[in-house]
Amino acid sequence: MSQTVTEELRCRVEDLRISLPARGVDVVDHVDLTLKAGEILGLVGESGSGKTTTGTALLGYARTGAAISGGDIEVAGHKVRELGPAQVRAIRGVTIGYVPQDPSSALNPSIRIGAQLRELLDLHDIGTPEERGRRIRQILPEVGLPNDEAFLRRYPHQLSGGQVQRVALAMVFLPRPQVLVLDEPTTGLDVTTQGMVLRTLEELCRRFDVAALYVTHDLSVVATISNRVAVMYAGRLAEIGPVKQIFTNPSHPYTRALLNAIPHLHRPFALTGIPGRTPAPGNRPPGCRFNDRCSFAVPECSAEEPPDVEVSPGHFAACIRTDALPAWDPTDRVVADTDPRRDRKIILTVSDLDIFYGTSHVVHGVNFDLAVQEVVALVGESGSGKTTISRCVGGIHDNWDGTIAVDGEPLATAARKRTADQRRRVQYIFQNPYLSLNPRRTVEQILVRPLELFGVATGKAARERAAQLLEDVQLGESAMSLRTNRLSGGERQRVAIARAIAVEPDILVCDEITSALDVSIQGSITELLNSIKAERHISMLFVTHDLALVRSIADRILVLQNGRLVESGLAADVLDRPQEEYTQKLLANTPTLDRWMDTSH
Amino acid sequence: MSAVEQEALVEELPELPTRRVGSPARAWTQWLLRRLGLAILTLLAVSIIVFFATNALGDPVRAILGKDYDVSPDRVAALEQLLHLDLPTWQRYLMWLGDLLRGDLGVSAANGLPVAELIGDRVINSAFLVLVTAVIMIPTSIGLAMLAARWRGGALDNSLQFVTLALAGLPEFVTGILLVALFSTSVFHWLPAVTVMPVGGAPWDRPASMILPVATLLIAVVPYLARILRSTMIEAMDSDYVELARLKGVPEGLVLRRHVLPNTVVPTIQVTALQLAWLVGGVVLVEYLFNYPGIGATLVDSVRNSDFPMVQALAMIIAAVYIVVNLIADVLSILFTPRARTGMVK
Repeated sequence: MSQTVTEELRCRVEDLRISLPARGVDVVDHVDLTLKAGEILGLVGESGSGKTTTGTALLGYARTGAAISGGDIEVAGHKVRELGPAQVRAIRGVTIGYVPQDPSSALNPSIRIGAQLRELLDLHDIGTPEERGRRIRQILPEVGLPNDEAFLRRYPHQLSGGQVQRVALAMVFLPRPQVLVLDEPTTGLDVTTQGMVLRTLEELCRRFDVAALYVTHDLSVVATISNRVAVMYAGRLAEIGPVKQIFTNPSHPYTRALLNAIPHLHRPFALTGIPGRTPAPGNRPPGCRFNDRCSFAVPECSAEEPPDVEVSPGHFAACIRTDALPAWDPTDRVVADTDPRRDRKIILTVSDLDIFYGTSHVVHGVNFDLAVQEVVALVGESGSGKTTISRCVGGIHDNWDGTIAVDGEPLATAARKRTADQRRRVQYIFQNPYLSLNPRRTVEQILVRPLELFGVATGKAARERAAQLLEDVQLGESAMSLRTNRLSGGERQRVAIARAIAVEPDILVCDEITSALDVSIQGSITELLNSIKAERHISMLFVTHDLALVRSIADRILVLQNGRLVESGLAADVLDRPQEEYTQKLLANTPTLDRWMDTSH
Repeated sequence: MSAVEQEALVEELPELPTRRVGSPARAWTQWLLRRLGLAILTLLAVSIIVFFATNALGDPVRAILGKDYDVSPDRVAALEQLLHLDLPTWQRYLMWLGDLLRGDLGVSAANGLPVAELIGDRVINSAFLVLVTAVIMIPTSIGLAMLAARWRGGALDNSLQFVTLALAGLPEFVTGILLVALFSTSVFHWLPAVTVMPVGGAPWDRPASMILPVATLLIAVVPYLARILRSTMIEAMDSDYVELARLKGVPEGLVLRRHVLPNTVVPTIQVTALQLAWLVGGVVLVEYLFNYPGIGATLVDSVRNSDFPMVQALAMIIAAVYIVVNLIADVLSILFTPRARTGMVK
């Protein structure tokens, strides 16, 4: 961190409370934060924790249906809650800026880039019209964008995702704000683009001496960019402190559980999830909100809300058991990498695979194989062809040439042309469990259907088998009669996994199956996949953009770029000693926790 | 930032479409020609349906002459010759189509006068009625939709939602009769119930007689249009870019005008076009109700008299307007969607 943090307080939030007046419940309560000039505070939490709500509250904004109902918010000397609507608008954008989560939907599709950049300056009458034009031309190169007239005349849809995000950054820095709220600004970007955006952001924060609140679910990004970290759980801060303290001496059980769910690039970790699910506003347990999922909980934990305990200077944890926690040693969960001398009995062979979309040739001559009880990860940036390859293996995309063979037996291009047994042996799990399960069917129907279809079991036997499958994916038989709308994202993905393994396949094709899920759920799904692989001797083709996750789940790795295989080998070899420039670039841009791995830091 | 670092930051811009077929003008011409070709094909299909449907209704001569059919064989022969009934149907169709393409709408079977002469004024009168309705309909609907969307969930929105739903459910002849009862016969006697025009006069000479027909048509189209526009506006108001505009401190009025409205233009055009096209057909009943001298009364009379050349001509005019209105809506939609507009030159 090159930034110089001064003692100048830019933003102070005390006892913040945000509620849903219609339901009479709090979304966020008792949140205290401070931001100093030149500082980036990472606000980390899983979905539903209230982190975005807290972030926009700094701008005096609450979404429709929610209201800031208590506490003080002070931003650069303005008491936000005491300002009228016009006064709040006057500081928004100028004194305190906001960078949205998904800039491709946050830039107005019908207004040219130049006009959108200019809007705020015009609105607040900053400088003369000529000066405004000059400032726009000055800032664009600073975020790595051209500043010619042709670029300013473009519409958002004529830019790439990374460029749109940099336009959003340029826009927010134009009026030189003193405080910045960034809401997951790199979610959905490729690692190299994310790396560039993060570097630009850090540089601009330093140059303009702003105080930034970086809201994200990604602990690895926070570890790379922030000075301090606040961890949020169920509407409250669980822990807050300097970045080094949070990662080397996490003192709240929730922070520890989160860290246990995060994969590391350079060491294979056994990931674990957090049992149970995050309570929604209104259903939060009394006392410490984490007590029902916490492995260190004692009866007192549910009695009253825990006070903030100062673990070390500036490092607070809202936990009465901080003294009882063992010393933090992240390396105790490190497992062994795949043994390179392991025998490989090949089950899937892909040779000279060429894939087309219409007339465009998207994947060029890819060769690889997959052994029994082995996980091969397909990695690469968007557009690299990793998902396309997996869809061809699954028989969902049928416009390809080459050979895909299971046990030496070549498969037809489309799933419908394959024999029932061939289809049974290769099962596909989709990225988004909200879309891949039929919402009108119960979990039982979803699981019994493939059993009957492939003649594995029928009637009572099928139902018993479905119940057993639910046990196997740690959902429990009680889920049988539910429809999927009653299940959380992680639970849905478990149902999707149970459906895939129901017919005893030999190969699972997993297409980004954890990327739509929270980190703690990703951890538990990874844990589940590892046990399925060990117990059922299933092989997996694991598509992902997350290189660190590869280390925790895959034996081998295939790196793809623009539809070509650029590097492949054992996961440990490729991740620790990348040979190709492209792989090296991907790895260099992957945010990681590795620098906090050594406890002597 | 050093020059090298800055260099590294610059990501390649996605290529703007370079694979151009030609200039934007040429791309537009090609697109328009294709759409016009399709429109002509559609009209051709419509003409087939119209011609054969009217023919399938029975012997036109018998229908026209009624009781006289049996007693005056010379009139039967004259009519049969006029309508070319001695030729096969497909041949008559081709003749009719040929005349149509030359702008000859044929001769009325009822009184032997050229159809064009008989309906010319009527078409203009109807067009005027539709135009007046449209001019009021578009701003009213947008205004109501904006009010409802701006104060979503408030008293105004709720009552607008209720009233528009109730009105949208009423058939236009019922609203028409209610309006007549209210404003000209039973309750008040302010407005004329029917249009009485001197010979050679035009409806715009007597604006008072246009109020009720226009009001009836408005009540038929505005509620539906306003409801659809309200929901497209709400969709735009819930979008991330509107939230960002608010978080940039853009005042609410400006948010609506600059960020919401431009993104609702296209749905507005499309739904408005559908409503306009409906008006062209829907006007028939309302005109008949108010005795308005437009195509409505003429169409009803022609059907009753089995005046097939008239029915065919009017049906073709209504179909043509329908197609042209939709074509214009599509052109405007492309012009107002940056993504589609810039995509044109690809």
